[in-house]
This record gives sequence, C-alpha cells and structure tokens, in this order.
Amino acid sequence: MQVFVESVGLLGPGLASWTASRPILNGQTPYAPGEVPLRPPESLPPAERRRTGAPVKLAIGAGLDALARSQRSAESLATVFASSGADGEMIHQICEVLATPQRDVSPTRFHNSVHNAPAGYWSIALRSRAPSTSLCCFDWSFAAGLLEACAYCLAEGEAVLLISYDLPYSEPLHTLRPIAGTLGAALLLAPRRTSASFARLDVRVEGEAGKATRMKDTALEELRARNPTGRALPVLRALAGPSAEQLMLDYLDSTLSISVSPC
Amino acid sequence: MPRPPRGAYRLALATLASRLKPLTLSAFTLTTSLGLGQKAHVDALRSGRSGLAPCAFESARLDTWVGQVPDAQLQPVRRELAAGDCRNNRLAQLALQQDDFSEAVAHARRRYGAQRIGLFLGTSTSGLLTTELAYRQRDPASGALPAFDYAATQNHFSLGRFVRARLGLRGPALVVSTACSSSAKTFGSAARMISVGLCDAAVVGGVDSLCLTTLYGFGSLELLSSGPCRPFDSERQGISIGEGAGFALLERAEKHGREPLEELLGVGESSDAYHMSTPHPEGAGARAAMERALASAGLAPHDIDYINLHGTATRSNDAAEDKAVHDLFGARPACSSTKGATGHLLGAAGIAEALICVLALRERLIPGSVNTQRVDPALRVRYILSTTREAPQRAMSNSFGFGGSNCSLVLGRTG
Repeated sequence: MQVFVESVGLLGPGLASWTASRPILNGQTPYAPGEVPLRPPESLPPAERRRTGAPVKLAIGAGLDALARSQRSAESLATVFASSGADGEMIHQICEVLATPQRDVSPTRFHNSVHNAPAGYWSIALRSRAPSTSLCCFDWSFAAGLLEACAYCLAEGEAVLLISYDLPYSEPLHTLRPIAGTLGAALLLAPRRTSASFARLDVRVEGEAGKATRMKDTALEELRARNPTGRALPVLRALAGPSAEQLMLDYLDSTLSISVSPC
Repeated sequence: MPRPPRGAYRLALATLASRLKPLTLSAFTLTTSLGLGQKAHVDALRSGRSGLAPCAFESARLDTWVGQVPDAQLQPVRRELAAGDCRNNRLAQLALQQDDFSEAVAHARRRYGAQRIGLFLGTSTSGLLTTELAYRQRDPASGALPAFDYAATQNHFSLGRFVRARLGLRGPALVVSTACSSSAKTFGSAARMISVGLCDAAVVGGVDSLCLTTLYGFGSLELLSSGPCRPFDSERQGISIGEGAGFALLERAEKHGREPLEELLGVGESSDAYHMSTPHPEGAGARAAMERALASAGLAPHDIDYINLHGTATRSNDAAEDKAVHDLFGARPACSSTKGATGHLLGAAGIAEALICVLALRERLIPGSVNTQRVDPALRVRYILSTTREAPQRAMSNSFGFGGSNCSLVLGRTG
C-alpha cells in the first residue's frame, strides 16, 4: 500500500511538537525527557473543556499539531484513533467506586471511559461529522491504526488523520500493565501526492514478528519499547530525516515493513 | 414535499462515499439472551419473545431489566487459552460453537490460508468485569490487585486475541471500540481491508458481556428503564442492557462458490460533533451515516424495505433517530427496534442487529418491536409492533454510540 504523508504531529515527554522534535529525532539535538504540555483544546465549549482528561488532551493535542501545518479542513477529515488502553485512570476510578458499597459512579466519568472519548471530543471541538474509528490492538495498536488508516485512504480515496496515543496507568493497574511515558503521535495521510506531501510510505505485511527497528538513543528506545504509541518512533525518525529509510514494526505475529521516501 | 426521482437521489448520494463491492455473509452466528444460534433467534423473532428479565446479574442492585445469557452456559474457556478466561471470552466461545461457524471458518482457512483472513471485532468493555471483581480483592496493605492477565482479559484486544487463537487466524486483526457502534463498524474495516488486498476474507463481529461499569454507568446517567425497555413507545423511559456475541464470515461475492444469498451492500460512518452521551437532536450525524451507507451501496432511500433502528428506548435517541430516518426515507420502509427482545448489546449491538436483518431477509419477515405497547404519536416512521411477513429485499441496520459515533449498514438478499 502506498500513501503520502502531508503532516505529522507529536506530543510527548521532551517532545513538545513535531517542529520542536525533528532535530531530536534526527540526532541533531540531544533528547531530554521532560513534562508533556497537555492543554484542553480551546475550541471545545467550556463545559466540555472542563470534562476532558489527559488522554483527550493528549490525543487532540497531537492531532492539532499535525493539523496546524495542513491546509485541509478538519470538518471533512476522517480520523483513526489508535490506543492500547485509552483512559486507564477513568477505568481505575470507576473500578474503585464499584468496589465500595455505594457504587456511586460519576456519569461524566462513565461517558469519558469509552475508548472513543478522544474521537468524540475531537468531533465536537473540530465540528467534524466525518467518519472516525477508534481501535485497540494491545502493543500493536499503532501498527493496526496505520493499516486501518492506509486502507481507509486507499479504499475511500480520501485523506485521513491517524492519531495514536497511550498513557501510563496509575497503580494498582500499572503493575499489571506497565506503560511508560505519555505519548501522542499523528500522521496526516493522503492517497495521492499533493503539493503538501513530503514523504511517501510503502506499507506491507510480511513474515514473522521480532524484527522491529529500534531507536539509537537509549531514552527514546525506552519510550518505543514501553509505550504502545512509542512503536511509531522509528517511523517518525525516518520522516524527520532527509533520506529514504526502510524499517519494520511488529504487528501481532507478523511484521509491517515500511519504506519511507522523501518526495 | 415532492420526492426527487430515484436517479436524482443516487446521483446526489454518489459523491458521499466510494462504492462498496458486495461481500457475501457466507456463514454467521448469533448468541444473546434469546438463545444460542440462528434458529433460536428466528423462533424468537417469529413468536415475539423477549430475553429480558429483572436484573439478577452478579451483585448488581439496580431497578432494571437485563438480557442476560445464563451463567451456566458460560463455560470456562479451553485450557490452552485459560489466561483469557473471562465472561466476555466465555461468551465469545459459546457463540463460536453454534451454527457450525468455526467449521466454516476452518474451511475458509484451508481455502485462503490463515494469513489471508482478517479479524475485525467490536467490544465496548471486553473483559472489564474481571478487573472490577479484582478491585474488591485488593491487598489491604499495599493496594495491589490479585494476579490476572490484563492483556488476555481487560484490554480491548483480549477479544481479538482470544478469537484469533480459537479460530486459528493469522491475518490482519484489530478491535474497534466506539461504544455502541463498535461491531457495526467492523464491517467497514473488513470491507476496506479486503478492497485494498490486505486480506481475501474476514471474520467480523463483536462481543459485549454484562459488567458493573455499564450497569451502574448507565444508571448514573439515568438512562436505565425500570421495566423491560419499550422502543418508540410514548411511555419509553430508557434502555435495558443485554449481552451477546455475533460473528460473520465475509467473502468477496464473486469468489464464493454457490449462489450468494445474503450480502453486505453498504457501510456508512459519521460523527455527531454534538455531545458525548446525547445524540444530536435533529439526528444530523445519524442521517449522514445513513446517506453514506446508501451511497456506498449505490442505492436510493426507496430501495430500502426494512430498517432495524438503533431504537434504544431513551427519549432522546428515539426522537432524534425518528427525525433522521423520516427526513431521509419518509414513512415508506418498515422500521423496528429489536432491543425490546435482546436488550441493548452495546458493542455487540451492531453485529447482532445486522444479523437480525440478515435473518429477516432470509426468513422473509419484518421483526416486530417486542415490549412496545403504543407507538409515540410524535414519532413518524412506519413502526412495526408485531412481526409481519413482508419479504424485504434490502435492509438497513443503524448503530449509534457515545461520543457521537454512528454507523449504518445496508444488507441485501440475492436469489
């Protein structure tokens, strides 16, 4: 499958935006993990803005970062949201309340606990009635999201914004599912080359797993290995650089082979 | 308002979505509180039986009715998959044992190869009940949870992991989780993945099982009906939650050996852009999903004979959906919600109701709306109370979820 990258968004520890992160991913600037600047989108009505948790801010923040460098209208742009755990904090709080005699679940927490909460807030904030899906594939959620986005792009002949995001669970769930780092990444993909395209992706599913491309920087490799959205970092590093690259992502028991070429 | 001719509709809709190449449902199965497999559902649709009963699930103390699959039928999962032993996967396993579905998939696996069959499933809560119960057994000193396999139970992909192993599939797989539209949307993922050549066939479907988060969560939103839910009734006062599992094997129509019978003709997806848990009052997002589904099927509103409504029996859903359906279709197609029979299966509602449409096409009937006593006079669609023999040729199934996630499917019968 061949798709064209028009824009990238990134939000993570020490990765404040795609523009700020390119020299880090390139190896021109050393990587220093830090706080993740999470803000609710200003275009949400105040009531909705108050209800947004970290996953919504993270996913929408990464998506808006990609959109900021695109001429495309969000109102008609299809979206694919990929996340392994979505809002783990919300699940934790609900399970805690359900373990008490009162079981007094908060209605806002309940509707925020759905896996597609970021997609819902995105459509409200961006006034988008476009098709949108939200998916999960455990550690392979980014790879699954990329396949879904490429298939959408080519089958529908339309651009699509892929947003992948993952955050740590708090204890006691963290012990059972130790996700590290808070990371959101977005790719605006189009089925045809346009004046906005800057790279081409050729994506194939092949062979068995276990050949995943790693990050050279130790801290970035830690983020790649321990955060499901971190699995996107080799793709982002290739997109940040000037030359063509061939890389691999684990996808279930197979491999996504991705060739990234500047265009 | 005079209606534009059929051709004009098709032309206007054609710009909304690319045409879908029909996919045959070459095997399918459905398990809900109405029973196990196709026959139980056909019998229930014919007789107007409901699977709803006063809620006696786990320790829930809620004044509501549920559509529960009896605990005794939910046997532990096979030993080699024991890490994923949870209510959701038990329900998946039970459903996979009906209608020779697993055998049909095994046959397809031999024909296409395990790598060439995709798996696209929907769920809203997966094995979350396991986590809820574990939170009651936290270590008093450390707060630690008793050991359970998160990846094989709570994570949404646990359903994909379990079914993939159970059916021996090795193609592309993912789990869609968009609340109550989840399993409807798996048809869209499958159609696109087949169309771009990532797989030759696909298993679609979904499973959602009762858990306390959804029961108490919908309770907190004051959306639970105290009696059995009554879709489109003037006295409707909320939903009845149900559980269920459904699966379908989709293959390219032209690749299938025998004369195709029931087909997926169109898929339409949209977002409401309105509110997280309340539908757009004019049903604008719902209408967009239905229009896109028609466009992808290359059909006009006049071509649809039956609409299985989302019809949750909340005041707001039924009013908004009625407006959207009536604005687009008028009062011509027969419409009903089958949630009075099954309850709202949440993430499994899309597959269950798509398969009810398929059964309606095959058995030449229009399912009635069990438990609805008097249709709300403010609602204008042609709403069917008792199952009739109308022999629909094409049906639409609507699924709308929290976060304003909408999906409509068009299904048809050939031959």
